[in-house]
Amino acid sequence: MTHLEQYNQIFMKLFGVAEEDLPSLIYLRGNWDSLQHIEMITMMEDTFNISINSTDVILFNSYEKGKEILRKYDVEV
Amino acid sequence: MFFPLEQHPPEQPALVEPNGAVLTYSQLAAAVNHVAEWPVQRTLIFCLTSSTIGFTAGYVGFLSTQAVPLLLDSELTPELLSRLITLYRPSFLWVPQKKSGAFSKYTPVQTLYDYTLLQTDCTDCPQLHPELSLLLTTSGSTGSPKLVRQSARNLLSNAEAIAQYLELNSTSERPILTLPLHYTFGLSILHSHLLTGGTVLLSEYSVIQQEFWDYFEREKATSISGVPMTYTLLERAGFFERELPSLRYFTQAGGKLPHRMHQRCAEFARERGLRFYAMYGQTEATARMSYLPWRLAEEKCGTIGIAIPGGVFRLVGDSGEEITEPYREGELVYEGPNVTLGYAQGPVDLARGDDFGGMLFTGDLAMRDTDGCYTVTGRKKRMVKLFGSRVSLDECERLLREQFGGADFACLGRDDHIDLFVTESSDCTAQNALTYLSETLRFPVWAFGAHPIAEIPRNEAGKIQYPRLEELL
Repeated sequence: MTHLEQYNQIFMKLFGVAEEDLPSLIYLRGNWDSLQHIEMITMMEDTFNISINSTDVILFNSYEKGKEILRKYDVEV
Repeated sequence: MFFPLEQHPPEQPALVEPNGAVLTYSQLAAAVNHVAEWPVQRTLIFCLTSSTIGFTAGYVGFLSTQAVPLLLDSELTPELLSRLITLYRPSFLWVPQKKSGAFSKYTPVQTLYDYTLLQTDCTDCPQLHPELSLLLTTSGSTGSPKLVRQSARNLLSNAEAIAQYLELNSTSERPILTLPLHYTFGLSILHSHLLTGGTVLLSEYSVIQQEFWDYFEREKATSISGVPMTYTLLERAGFFERELPSLRYFTQAGGKLPHRMHQRCAEFARERGLRFYAMYGQTEATARMSYLPWRLAEEKCGTIGIAIPGGVFRLVGDSGEEITEPYREGELVYEGPNVTLGYAQGPVDLARGDDFGGMLFTGDLAMRDTDGCYTVTGRKKRMVKLFGSRVSLDECERLLREQFGGADFACLGRDDHIDLFVTESSDCTAQNALTYLSETLRFPVWAFGAHPIAEIPRNEAGKIQYPRLEELL
């Protein structure tokens, strides 16, 4: 699987959304609450073998923004 | 007036909202006097709770004019809310103006800030016992009809005890809310600070939002309180690395904090010169029953400390005998003026007086150490705490049976996880049941596990044999 596929899988599995709806995913809409947020962050960390710092945990507030943040950890999605 | 609002400095802010709105104590007192003119005395009022000035001013007004509010989670599904209305027949609803469209069958009669009072068409309103002041749900999200009945004495005595042990003796206290006000822990923060003249920073932000921390710093919050899940979020949001010069103390209740987290909180507090309080309570005790004095936070890590001022703990063994020796497990029993009047399962019960008689069997198993500190060791009843909220496993089964007639269900809980056993039918797979429970209770799907099973094991009396299910896990 490519990084993008892995990245998408996490969102689709956790929030139960279809691939075409991913770009519109935003924190605190739909199923994405703060508990799911932490679960999502942990899954990102496990999948890409990185450790996301607390500032980025807070800034990671949309599907698109997350890609930018992962880039800081040398994960291209 | 329920709280001594007029004794606090009139220009002192009582309530603050993140948008900058402020309500001073004199303005809050005026709002309360305004509500006193509404014809709501000794009526039942269902409140859709939010952490806003509108909700709070109305709520304090209702208490002062001796109406009886029931505080509900404003996210409660319309179906569950309408079931409760049909059952309890409230005279009024207190709802955010922006939601009043959903209640077009009721008549708007009053407004205060962004909240509206709606009159229902209920005619035979339930009789309310003279001592009854407030109703809270036992579990926010299941829409269970089981309520806890609280008196004015319960509320005020608990607020006083909390103010005493948290040392809230100055009007400079500025707690920031992380918990909703329909939840007894969140509500106790409001009560204890209105009693002592502090400034409550109302907030509905999550602690992992930048807006929360901007608000915290802008308004110079002096305390923060949370359930164990709040601390998981706080840790991820970098709480333990932040410079928070205005912070004086932080508290935790709503379930047992993992040992590692308790240790981390206690060490953080020591390093920063802050006070940390681990605490224990239940809605049935108005809120608080015990606290661990901050000086003992490290030494007594993992315990719930000692009973609050005015309260007493006892331990009772299986045959009802009192346990006096240390390190022996028994049911934790609490006595104090904050033990509530009792439960209500329906409108008739609202006329009942004091059923508990000042004594609460907590359903928690605990032991006492040689210094008199208590440690909770388990649960006697079938309950779990999911993210700080108590969830009855029997209640989960009831919800599932009501939704899916053709299938049979059994729920098991361990710590913060619920396992569902489902005899699948044409309209209900194990996955359907899991999704329904997760959506209805509004807990993430990963808090549940679903297991299809051919038959739920029952004994001859028809009672589910949970130990046999436990063997399957």
